[in-house]
Amino acid sequence: MSFLSYFISGVSLGAVYAIIALGYTMVYGIARMLNFAHGDVIMVGGFAIFTVVSTMGLPPLLGILAGIVVCTVLGVAIERVAYRPLRGASSLAVLITAIGVSYLLQNVALLIFGSNSRQFTSVVTLPNLVLADGKLTISSITIVTIVTCLVIMVALTAFINKTKIGQAMLAVSEDRGAASLMGIDVNKTIAVTFAIGSALAAVAGALLCSAYPSLTPYTGSMPGIKAFTAAVFGGIGSIPGALIGGIVLGVIENLSKAYISSQLSDAIVFAVLILVLLVRPTGILGRQIPEKV
Amino acid sequence: MAILEVRDLEVSYGVIQAIKGISFEVNQGEIIALIGANGAGKTTTLQTITGLIPAKSGRILYEGNDITHVPAHKLVSMGIAHVPEGRRVFSELTVLQNLKLGAYTRKDKAELEETLETVYKRFPRLEERKNQAAGTLSGGEQQMLAMGRALMSHPKLILMDEPSMGLSPIYVNEIFDIIKKIHEGGATVLLVEQNAKKALGIADQAYVLETGRIVLSGNAREMMDNEQVKKAYLSE
Ligand SMILES: Nc1ncnc2c1ncn2[C@@H]1O[C@H](COP(=O)(O)OP(=O)(O)O)[C@@H](O)[C@H]1O
Ligand SMILES: [Mg+2]
Repeated sequence: MSFLSYFISGVSLGAVYAIIALGYTMVYGIARMLNFAHGDVIMVGGFAIFTVVSTMGLPPLLGILAGIVVCTVLGVAIERVAYRPLRGASSLAVLITAIGVSYLLQNVALLIFGSNSRQFTSVVTLPNLVLADGKLTISSITIVTIVTCLVIMVALTAFINKTKIGQAMLAVSEDRGAASLMGIDVNKTIAVTFAIGSALAAVAGALLCSAYPSLTPYTGSMPGIKAFTAAVFGGIGSIPGALIGGIVLGVIENLSKAYISSQLSDAIVFAVLILVLLVRPTGILGRQIPEKV
Repeated sequence: MAILEVRDLEVSYGVIQAIKGISFEVNQGEIIALIGANGAGKTTTLQTITGLIPAKSGRILYEGNDITHVPAHKLVSMGIAHVPEGRRVFSELTVLQNLKLGAYTRKDKAELEETLETVYKRFPRLEERKNQAAGTLSGGEQQMLAMGRALMSHPKLILMDEPSMGLSPIYVNEIFDIIKKIHEGGATVLLVEQNAKKALGIADQAYVLETGRIVLSGNAREMMDNEQVKKAYLSE
């Protein structure tokens, strides 16, 4: 039973990585850039929720809503101020800017909230699920996380395939110039992508901090890197790839923590990533960049 | 009456000046051919008109309005469509999705369905393959898709950049027939071609571009008999 328990909590951790990975993968797919500040947006979401729920004493649902609004505005603002002026610049310049934004967010949080870790109150208040005569307990946050992740995946896929703006995102991801010749406002489409990715980061922040309730200005950094790894692992640019990459990563991490060594678990996670990329450089579901005929 | 007027246009890529001050007009309801060798600046001219590349100086007027600095995505709803060089269909999307993207700026669903029917009638092969990924089409079919996609916006002016490039002779004839039909349907066509013979055959007016300058202009039929043009562009 303990294996199953480790496995399920691994799936849940992976579901959080998957939600974060969506932000990386969508922004990469559509804007062709790596937004390394994405992990820190999660942290900002965490603090927004913490402020509303723990400091102001308002209900968790309101906290999540506030977190989503704050992160969405932040994501769009970062894109507008830091990344849009660099459209067409070298990818190295964009990468350095993204790392700069990441440090900026961490340090502003450090100024406001200090470096002491805050106790985050779980946004999920449901009872745990007890199975097999008490031999297997699955926490409610685990279940809520997995369900949330699946709902987001389905909703996002439908959004992209069924809505006009979703189709515009696909068009921009394939050929920006051709997309603008269709009448698509490329800047607006990229801004929407950042808005969605950042809103999802707030959700991920709520779930992550509920499962691992200590919140610091660096809370988003490691999950951010791992979710980025998950996105690359699954095939960057691919939405189902983010799901698979996230879950596989979460399960490997949890099982290595349980059965090998908790110190080595991160090393094992990244070793597996390197192995996969050696065999399949585009990740599990990544496509070869199609050659233009 | 001129639907499009280009005045003293200059365009540069960094220090390289690709267009060195060209002026020309496209009259409403005509087919205008812009011919010239590889690297003459034809694609640059079209891309500057539709705002994909900024103009360094000069003016572009469309229906009397200055569109020199209007971004590409705003021109579609004004009635300009651009069939780009190399087709640039969205290869991972289906034929139908590509066509719908062509009508991105249009709101009326019923009108859109009607236009789709017209496009399918003009290109029956697109209807047969509507659920197929555009990347799996042959070169000629992709060219038809690029044209059909442009027609979906119901344009008044269509810019076409080497639609016959890389196609087999059968397809080339078919494509030129379609251009004629599109024109008969009421659209004004600015046609860029390296296949000067075919282009001059269907055009009303023509301009010859050489390394960023217009070196010759006039009636397309007369240009076919011009010794200079014959020697440089019509020899097989
Ligand atoms: N992206 C670019 N960067 C630099 N130079 C370019 C670029 N595109 C075209 N050129 C140059 O501009 C000139 C005109 O090119 P182009 O407009 O593509 O000609 P054409 O369509 O007539 O073959 C050529 O000398 C070409 O090398
Ligand atoms: Mg060209």
